[in-house]
Amino acid sequence: MAEVLVLVEHDGGAPKKVTGELLTLARRLGEPSAVFLGAEGTFEKAKNYLAEYGAAKVYVAESNDLEDYLVAPKAEALASVISSSSPVAVLVAATPDAREAGARAAIKTGSGFLWDVTDLTADGKATQEIFGGSTIVTSEVAKGTPIFAVRPNATAAEPATGDATEQRIELSISDAAKGARVADRVVESKSGRPDLTEAAVVVSGGRGLAGAENFELVEKLADTLGGAVGASRAATDAGWYPHQNQVGQTGKTVSPQLYIAVGISGAIQHRAGMQTSKTIIAINKDEEAPIFELADFGLIGDLFNVVPQLTDEITKRKG
Amino acid sequence: MNIVVTVKQVPDTWAEKKLDTSDKTTDRKNVENVMNEMDEYGVEEALRIKEAHGGEVTVVSMGPEKAVETIRKALSMGADKAVHLTDESLHGSDALGTSEALAKVISGLSPDLVITSSEASDARGGVMGALLAERLGFPQLTLARKVTVDPAASTVTIERQGDNGYAVVEGALPALVGVVEKINEPRYPSFKGIMAAKKKPLTVMGLGDAGIDAGSVGLANATTKVDEATARPPKSAGQKVKDEGDGGSKIAEFLATQKLI
Ligand SMILES: Cc1cc2nc3c(=O)[nH]c(=O)nc-3n(C[C@H](O)[C@H](O)[C@H](O)COP(=O)(O)OP(=O)(O)OC[C@H]3O[C@@H](n4cnc5c(N)ncnc54)[C@H](O)[C@@H]3O)c2cc1C
Ligand SMILES: Nc1ncnc2c1ncn2[C@@H]1O[C@H](COP(=O)(O)O)[C@@H](O)[C@H]1O
Repeated sequence: MAEVLVLVEHDGGAPKKVTGELLTLARRLGEPSAVFLGAEGTFEKAKNYLAEYGAAKVYVAESNDLEDYLVAPKAEALASVISSSSPVAVLVAATPDAREAGARAAIKTGSGFLWDVTDLTADGKATQEIFGGSTIVTSEVAKGTPIFAVRPNATAAEPATGDATEQRIELSISDAAKGARVADRVVESKSGRPDLTEAAVVVSGGRGLAGAENFELVEKLADTLGGAVGASRAATDAGWYPHQNQVGQTGKTVSPQLYIAVGISGAIQHRAGMQTSKTIIAINKDEEAPIFELADFGLIGDLFNVVPQLTDEITKRKG
Repeated sequence: MNIVVTVKQVPDTWAEKKLDTSDKTTDRKNVENVMNEMDEYGVEEALRIKEAHGGEVTVVSMGPEKAVETIRKALSMGADKAVHLTDESLHGSDALGTSEALAKVISGLSPDLVITSSEASDARGGVMGALLAERLGFPQLTLARKVTVDPAASTVTIERQGDNGYAVVEGALPALVGVVEKINEPRYPSFKGIMAAKKKPLTVMGLGDAGIDAGSVGLANATTKVDEATARPPKSAGQKVKDEGDGGSKIAEFLATQKLI
């Protein structure tokens, strides 16, 4: 069967949920082979997961160069696996590092690259939601090996058995790929919550929260739902919540099963980052707020009354 | 410091963006066009680096004739000169073709630093910085929320925005930096700036002038192809309920019926 490469998205070896989604999608096009690129000694953590989601083979490169220099070494390694294995397609996650590595690998292999893919057919036609989700296009790659950057949450990960046969790749990263050195990584917020782009539930707060201290309301609600916390730009600009949690055109694009907008008006730049969410709930005291145009369920009311009640009610129903 | 900053003209953020029905490229004719908002941050950063370390800022833009309005805006903000790459045969270039064309123009300018923004509001590819770095062979320093240039050491250091923090990334000049909007507050063009912009050097180039191979750009040579485009079906109106003291419970009830809790 035709081979399909999936670039493993992981955190120090621990696979992220989107990896299972990519492997699931890849099975439609052929037999998935995972490509694991990570620092020394990290692959062990990924192996079982990759077998559980149906990877027949895993190309493994472990080298600290892959983490110590930005993107270019990954692109080089990915391109070399593409050239030696001649797959029918390559799937990477639409996250910053993977999409940049995929794009650079496309240049190196003379291939076409499509981003923000939300669905794929067996013959390699991609669905993309463009212009902030207002237009849906089907597109295809016309040259080389198609490389698709697929959005997290585009599909549900389904387990399947695979051998995950390990095939080590000899890596010699060129000096040219070592131009951007990662001198330090600084963790600013380790919340224990799922990553915003990966989460099945996202609860976002906006200017309506009126202060940093009130984000606790949003966090509590998110925690009862096992979700991530997002914020509008008004909230991040005001310093109420970290910038990396911003949802929207200049923040993260999320597409969860459930999105709850709390005290957010629904400006076009905000909508561009969340309007493809499956179910949208809005809580806003202004009946005219544009966010209601998108909401499957809109509640006109004061968030300070509604949110605590909602959190309690969910806890009760779960209890 | 010889700084190049890329700017792109895009359909106005507030305009309803559409694909041209004939060739399925972004419709740039029937809408109001503006400078990609994110590029204002790139221009601002270029100007700040110039103000701190001296040098010159050159604006580079590829796009139809009208894109000159966007170039003028960058000049009126304070950039020194501009190159406008415009040619019928560039129409419909995909990201890979655009990066090839831009890289040709940029390498002709022998910059120390190239600044792009992280994303244009039309395509939202967010990969142009990576593609240009690849083609130019420059260190890629993208998603920068902070940039520090050290001309003496000939290095640039950034803070790269990440999921739960940031990475400090450094590279030697010449380098490519991609900025996120958190980085600064773009200035407005002053009246003086607008008047001065009219007299600033603007070089208009076609494919031949830039040494671009016609076989690697344009719609016909794009590595990707749009087969079909449809407008997203309008969202069927959802329920809208006024809080009467039981709003939270009402939402919980809805979540339960949708099997979301
Ligand atoms: C280049 C550019 C990029 C941008 N990128 C983004 C982006 O990525 N993401 C983003 O979000 N924005 C972005 N914006 C900003 C965007 O235009 C809006 O300004 C922003 O989204 C507004 O945030 P908000 O909805 O929280 O605030 P507001 O628009 O002020 O809305 C607050 C809402 O809260 C409601 N409210 C107030 N008090 C209560 C209460 N007690 N109970 C219930 N409701 C209440 C109000 O009725 C109002 O609707 C961008 C703008 C530009 C120019
Ligand atoms: N045609 C173009 N001319 C100049 N700069 C461009 C062009 N296309 C993209 N860019 C630059 O690359 C950034 C990202 O664009 P994109 O990859 O289209 O989202 C833009 O904000 C610009 O800085």
